[in-house]
Amino acid sequence: MMEHSTKDHAELALDFNKDEDRVDWHDETLWFIRQKRDKAAHQLPEWEALREAASQIKNNVLANLHDYLLQFERNAVANGIEVHWAADAAEHNQIVRRLLNEANVIRMVKSKSMLTEECGLNEYLANHGIEVIDSDLGERIVQLAEEPPSHIVLPCIHKKKEEIGEIFHQHLGIEAGISDPQFLTETARQHLREIFLTRRAALTGVNFAVAETGEFVVCTNEGNADMGAHLADIHIASMGIEKLIPEKKHLGVFLRLLTRSATGQPITTYSSHFKTPREGTKIHVILVDNGRTVQLGRKDFRNSLKCIRCAACMNTCPVYRRSGGHSYHTAVAGPIGSILAPNLDMEKYADLPFASTLCGSCSNVCPVKIDIHEQLYKWRQVLVKNGYTPKAKKAGMQVMTWTLSSPSLYHTAGKVGRWVIKYAPFAVNNKLNPWYKQRDMPASPEWSFSEWYKQNRQP
Amino acid sequence: MKVGLFIPCYVDQFYPGAAIATLRLLEKLGVEVAYPPKQTCCGQPMANSGFEHLTGDCNELFVKNFAEFDYIVAPSGSCVLHIRDHLHDDKHPEAAKSISHKIYELTSFLTDVLKVKSLPAKFPHRVGLHQSCHGQRGLHISSMTELVTPEFSKPGSLLKMVADIDLVDLTRKDECCGFGGTFCVTEEAVSVKMGKDRVADHLKHDVSYITGVDMSCLMHMEGILKRQGSKVKVIHIAEILNAG
Repeated sequence: MMEHSTKDHAELALDFNKDEDRVDWHDETLWFIRQKRDKAAHQLPEWEALREAASQIKNNVLANLHDYLLQFERNAVANGIEVHWAADAAEHNQIVRRLLNEANVIRMVKSKSMLTEECGLNEYLANHGIEVIDSDLGERIVQLAEEPPSHIVLPCIHKKKEEIGEIFHQHLGIEAGISDPQFLTETARQHLREIFLTRRAALTGVNFAVAETGEFVVCTNEGNADMGAHLADIHIASMGIEKLIPEKKHLGVFLRLLTRSATGQPITTYSSHFKTPREGTKIHVILVDNGRTVQLGRKDFRNSLKCIRCAACMNTCPVYRRSGGHSYHTAVAGPIGSILAPNLDMEKYADLPFASTLCGSCSNVCPVKIDIHEQLYKWRQVLVKNGYTPKAKKAGMQVMTWTLSSPSLYHTAGKVGRWVIKYAPFAVNNKLNPWYKQRDMPASPEWSFSEWYKQNRQP
Repeated sequence: MKVGLFIPCYVDQFYPGAAIATLRLLEKLGVEVAYPPKQTCCGQPMANSGFEHLTGDCNELFVKNFAEFDYIVAPSGSCVLHIRDHLHDDKHPEAAKSISHKIYELTSFLTDVLKVKSLPAKFPHRVGLHQSCHGQRGLHISSMTELVTPEFSKPGSLLKMVADIDLVDLTRKDECCGFGGTFCVTEEAVSVKMGKDRVADHLKHDVSYITGVDMSCLMHMEGILKRQGSKVKVIHIAEILNAG
């Protein structure tokens, strides 16, 4: 499902910015959600303590992941759940396909799971003759539009209601020109009802897996995970190995933080616990690594695995709001995606840690206190040291450091620079200078401060 | 108390007025200030681009220039944050460490070290304060809208001491202007859009001046204002605190 684009973030963002009204609309929509999040957070005087607690619980999980995973497996198996281990995306997809083959299922319903986006599951199963229908409303819309989600919580936030009406007109047979949200939602509801009733297998994601009890919790606002899982004979739950929490009581911390951070709601409409399969049905949990243990081994980046996928960092990110989720060309967009993706493929995602001003707002909204902007900075160092940087930039940087580490060179360069701007502005005020394209250059003063100081203060 | 004045390279070259105001303001407040003439840059432009490993010589020069002072003050949150977080010198590790503790951004030096309670300044204009991210979220010179903490603003408290100033409340109190160092050219489209939106918030509130603790953000917004043919000016906070 992912776009096979060779453009980098800056180029894709440039495309997105060709329609400024749309950028404004996208920015305002997500800013509205950020404000709802602020309001919800400010209603809890203990908010910062909750974030700290969540951060520490997740630090504990990451420090003892091996033990918690085995504890979870033991308890889940005792509950009657079948547990599978997948080293990577390919193995995960093969396990899903095998489970479906064994049950003679060729049509599956699936609720939101960013992990299956990361693994490219839908595409893989389609290539093997298995149809997957996404049951989250936003995901269903982008699936019909043959696009990847642009946001991990609000998959079709980049689409306007008129565009959704057109998609439903083309695929679900409604009249053209309808954009009433209630009508469109009802259309999707009727369409999905038929899917829920006829699919014998359902795949869901996992928000939290409890090591102590061997149960897992799936959070949705639409109840679509429940509709799928309760009506199917086989429930497959795919989870990254970092989704564990030690004890059930810790849900009291995470469920309070998750949706307040995500949408500003006090709690998700449905927080469903799955522990034991109903008689005659099966629950499978697939524990997926896919690079997570590599990230766990990277000291500077390991705590990115604390992420609970609330997307608060996307909603607050001034770059994300003005470049759109697709500009990140990865399953998880935005600031958190930019520190997760290079772990999977440094070359392909070398642009992402640079798609930030390092303003730090992401780290401040993060409910588990991931130091996102500091990791963006650190990824830049790692990427450059590993050679994933344009050559021109490298040569420029070397000239810059050479100039700035020599006072006499610096003062000469400064003089030349000011002289050029003053007397030969055409040399800098042209299309080849990206600053000048939409911004004027600063005025060129007669003298620098250091020259003034020499004249006015030094004996 | 001996204070070393650190003037960021682009302020030295393009905004000497902000540097002169900083110097005069500190002198007015009775501080003994010296400007080491051989200073250049903190190394941040390289480091933020992923080339921190090339900043060794810059760091060494910085340590050489500033080790002797009791405090180092700069009219920039961004450069000070970089020095605090990333300055290291293999030859003089202790000197580097001590510098990162005694370097201050101008407004926090005024509020936290000099404990300024009043200023003889006057600035009869309508002004918008841009919260530069590195000063705010990095150095914590103001509270942040994302956090559930008591509200405060060191630059804001100083501006309130200025006579006749008309300080506006922005719609988005602390959104980034999109400068971001080399980001402003490598991600030109988003950078400009962020700058335009930030400027629009100030214009909507009918300001005559946009001020802030970082000239880099102001330079970015100035570039956009000038291109739009706006009469609104940018001015470093030191120039307001030293005015009148």
